[in-house]
Amino acid sequence: MSDLEAIGQGLMADIKSADSLDALDAIRVGALGKQGRVTALLKTLGGMSADERQVQGPRINGLREAVAAAIATRKAALEERALAARLASEAIDLTLPAPDAPQGSVHPVSQVMDELAEIFADLGFAVATGPEIEDQWHNFTALNMPESHPARAMHDTFYLRANEGEEARVLRTHTSPVQIRTMTSQQPPIRIIAPGRVYRSDSDATHTPMFHQIEGLVIDKAIHLGHLRWTLETFLKAFFERDDIQLRLRPSYFPFTEPSVEVDVGYSIEKGRRVIGGAEGWMEVLGSGMVHRRVIEACGLDPDVWQGFAFGTGVDRLAMLKYGMDDLRAFFDGDLRWLRHYGFRSLDVPTLSGGVGA
Amino acid sequence: MKFTLSWLKDHLDTSADAATVAEMLTRIGLEVEGVENPAEALAPFRIARVLTAEPHPQADKLQLLSVDAGDGPVQVVCGALNARAGLVGVFGAPGAYVPGSGITLKVAAIRGVESRGMMCSMRELELGEAHDGIIELPADAPVGAAYADWAGLDDPVFDVAITPNRQDCMGVRGIARDLAAAGLGTLKPLAVPDVTGAFPCPIEIRTDDAEGCPAFYGRVIRGTRNRPSPDWLQRRLTAIGQRPISALVDISNYLMFALGRPSHVYDLAKLASPIVARRAAPGETVTVLNGKTYALTPEMTVIADTREVHGIGGIMGGEHSGTADDTTDVLLEIAFFDPERIARTGQAVALASDARSRFERGVDPTFLDDALAILTGMILEICGGEPSEAVRAGAAPVADKTVDYDPGLCARLGGATVPAAEQRAILERLGFGVSGEAPMRVTVPSWRRDVDGPADLVEEVVRITGIDSVPSAPLDRMPGVAAPTATPEQLVERRVRRAAAARGLNEALTWSFIAEAEAAVFGGGAWALANPISEDMKVMRPTLLPGLLAAARRNADRGAATIRLFEIGRRYLADAERLTLAFVLAGDKTARAWRTGKAQPFDAFDGKVEALALLAAAGAPVDNLQVLGEAAAAYHPGRSATLRLGPKTVLAEFGLLHPALARTLGLDGDVVAGEIFLDSIPARRAAGRMRSAYAPPALQAVSRDFAFLVPEGLAADALVRAVRGADKAAIVDARLFDLFTGQGVPAGQKSLAIEVTLQPADKSFTEEDLSAVSAKIVAAAAKLGATLRG
Repeated sequence: MSDLEAIGQGLMADIKSADSLDALDAIRVGALGKQGRVTALLKTLGGMSADERQVQGPRINGLREAVAAAIATRKAALEERALAARLASEAIDLTLPAPDAPQGSVHPVSQVMDELAEIFADLGFAVATGPEIEDQWHNFTALNMPESHPARAMHDTFYLRANEGEEARVLRTHTSPVQIRTMTSQQPPIRIIAPGRVYRSDSDATHTPMFHQIEGLVIDKAIHLGHLRWTLETFLKAFFERDDIQLRLRPSYFPFTEPSVEVDVGYSIEKGRRVIGGAEGWMEVLGSGMVHRRVIEACGLDPDVWQGFAFGTGVDRLAMLKYGMDDLRAFFDGDLRWLRHYGFRSLDVPTLSGGVGA
Repeated sequence: MKFTLSWLKDHLDTSADAATVAEMLTRIGLEVEGVENPAEALAPFRIARVLTAEPHPQADKLQLLSVDAGDGPVQVVCGALNARAGLVGVFGAPGAYVPGSGITLKVAAIRGVESRGMMCSMRELELGEAHDGIIELPADAPVGAAYADWAGLDDPVFDVAITPNRQDCMGVRGIARDLAAAGLGTLKPLAVPDVTGAFPCPIEIRTDDAEGCPAFYGRVIRGTRNRPSPDWLQRRLTAIGQRPISALVDISNYLMFALGRPSHVYDLAKLASPIVARRAAPGETVTVLNGKTYALTPEMTVIADTREVHGIGGIMGGEHSGTADDTTDVLLEIAFFDPERIARTGQAVALASDARSRFERGVDPTFLDDALAILTGMILEICGGEPSEAVRAGAAPVADKTVDYDPGLCARLGGATVPAAEQRAILERLGFGVSGEAPMRVTVPSWRRDVDGPADLVEEVVRITGIDSVPSAPLDRMPGVAAPTATPEQLVERRVRRAAAARGLNEALTWSFIAEAEAAVFGGGAWALANPISEDMKVMRPTLLPGLLAAARRNADRGAATIRLFEIGRRYLADAERLTLAFVLAGDKTARAWRTGKAQPFDAFDGKVEALALLAAAGAPVDNLQVLGEAAAAYHPGRSATLRLGPKTVLAEFGLLHPALARTLGLDGDVVAGEIFLDSIPARRAAGRMRSAYAPPALQAVSRDFAFLVPEGLAADALVRAVRGADKAAIVDARLFDLFTGQGVPAGQKSLAIEVTLQPADKSFTEEDLSAVSAKIVAAAAKLGATLRG
């Protein structure tokens, strides 16, 4: 064995057994550094004859390359081992809880109003609004309820304090004044819904002094009771997402409609709870009718040209019937437990393609 | 309005049973709220005779009865004082449910002696109040027969909701007429007795208020004998929940429930002629039959004699002149009161009565003479006596209403195709007069005050043919995809709601009205209710915060550790109702946790981040907003701010709630709140859907840090703005990343560090370029008293 081979074997053995990057680097310096043994061998090439260099040159250079490659390989192995060791030491218990992310929610009344807006948009109804502090003309008189009308007393009206000599304003007792505001501000044909807060001085287990109604109004030239029925059927089927919705129309009385129709919807009992659909029983859900000609006249429209229908129902009640809450008072309490249970996620946006229920 | 099936059949010739009648009533608009047959509950109770009655061996107050209910003797222990051999009463066998006491009878030992049933009192069977003994029936009552059948209790009671327009159905006869029109039988003729006055009416009757009481008819009956009403009359009144009082009162009530016609019977002896319908004088009072005294005003019509007021006309008679057991001579009143006057008076005195509910709907103005005759006839028959001639003061306003009616309107408005001949027949059955063809000339009957136009006639026809059978007709649909309908304001509301929920806030809805004291904290409300249901719900909220803070407190009281609530609703200001979003953050911002240690409270910056995020969601130009002071007094004065667009337009305010207020509200710890004034956010200009042209810069941006020493009172935002504005071409962003006071920073100063982002345009910055920009930044900062920190 030549010296060269002996040096090579020695270095290779050292590299293989190097146990750390530092030890490996010491070997590299000892072999390939300025004072290294392989470097020293390379330096001997200068003193050789051309023939000798012809033989020794490739051998010594070969040794240098082999040593360098071995060091690189060993280095990679050591680094991999070091990384593995570091990673092993970095292990954490991911069963520990992550930070809480607050869960927001949308109130059922808001959600249902969005659902209604979506459904009625498809039927061509825009959403109209009006003031809640309303004058008596809009809330009563224009709706064919003159001052002594018994219905006016029936409404359990909240009156606002008025200055001497001024007529007291009222908190609107229904969303119907929005009918008047719409008909007095835009020309027919009209298709609107008007959701919002309404007020009655009434408070017990099933009534709250504030609640939400939604009003519908269609004014056009040849609108009749059949259109009202179709609209309500179509809306209720879409809202309750059932095809077996059945309506029962009953004659009734509202001062602002003639004929007036009370609408019952059929329900069935599923798992001990009332569910809309079927006809095991009936519950009152809507008041409606053909807009009284005096109302149309009061709005400055010609009742011999324009006619139409109006309907109104409770938004809170629709929410209760669809989503199963049974206590209206809880709607206005702000109890976080209730809001999280009955509320909706921010991305539960009702759409026609994605559905209007969540 | 309640009535029984047999009562209905007095007026309606029909073979329909209760279920059929009920279904039809609801179908034609007389909504049935309930049908009950008292006989059903009493089916197990039979007529029984007490054979023997002996003392109970163990108890002085009890007796041992041997009772025969048709099946031979049965032993019964009984405590009633009137129990005795020979008594015929009502017996319940073991298994019978006793409605009045809510127990089911069973064989039991009472003080050691077996008892196999019970002899019942009226109260135990819910037939009356009497409970001082067991029921005593006539000796010839058939032993063993079902008591309810024998007593005529097998008579279903209907409870019908009458809408305010249907005065005519406030009496059984009107209901019968409607049912007849709907084909459920025929209306029987109304028998009106021929009453001949035997003497002139001895008391003068007058109306001095032709407006409030246009007609006052009456007559005197002498020599009547007031007594309990006959059984049939008592039974009918009891069945509909009326307490029989005396024949004279009961007959007057019967007329009202049977024919919808209120009347009044005065004890003539208590009156001093003349008796007059007039306006009340200021300060007058009257004590009426309910025992209460009412103050009267000149807007009210009263019936009075020369001495005193004897009743609030058409609402309730006076206590003093009502009939009593010893009444012999009576004055009958059949008057017509103006519906509006009745309504206003009734509201003013807050007194509900059966008479008022009929007069304010408007009674039949042609039904005075006949009503007086029927009332007289019944009194003569039941109480005897001799009638005077009738007196007619004034006349009821009879409007001859005719409507030109095109039968085609039924289809055009009602959506129901009904042949003209059928429409005519329906109208005629309802009492309308019809002549002509198209248009028909329709005369409205005097009792249908609610009908005055063609649409009313459509309703009459459609409700009788069945409004439920009107077929659906689709609305026209605009071609193509449905167009969006939401207004910009509605879109803003929807976006901020969903954004707030996405940020972890829970939407609540709270009352629009709050307590006066709550409003006062926020500067008071512009609107207060005149008739609040409670002091807590009196003032229309000038801000949403009181309601949300109260909700937060309720949640805290329930043990909620973290409260993040928001509400979108209106503030009610003097000039307008303004759409607002409010939020409240209370309790722990982060709960104690293994990584972060102790729970962390919310601070004012949590309010700022919500306010800015929600404003951004609403489309407000948040980069242009100024953070200024002057938030409401409800906030901590040093830890709250307003966000403004320009110096005047406040878009939001937020901050730490004033600690004193938080304590008053019962909220512990730091509470953060804010309000976004959605209606103040300027609408975005509609510029079409196309965005402005944009290409990302080709050259990379450069960032440089600057640390300045500034006076301690300088708002950080002022420095950032100055820096950002130092070179508008190069500087695209300036972000404050450090605030430091302490070692190395002179007293009265603070160190603010800002990272400035510089964006080269078409060529990279040279060192000279960067030095020039740096110099501008330092110069701009120096104007605020800032010096570059060494």
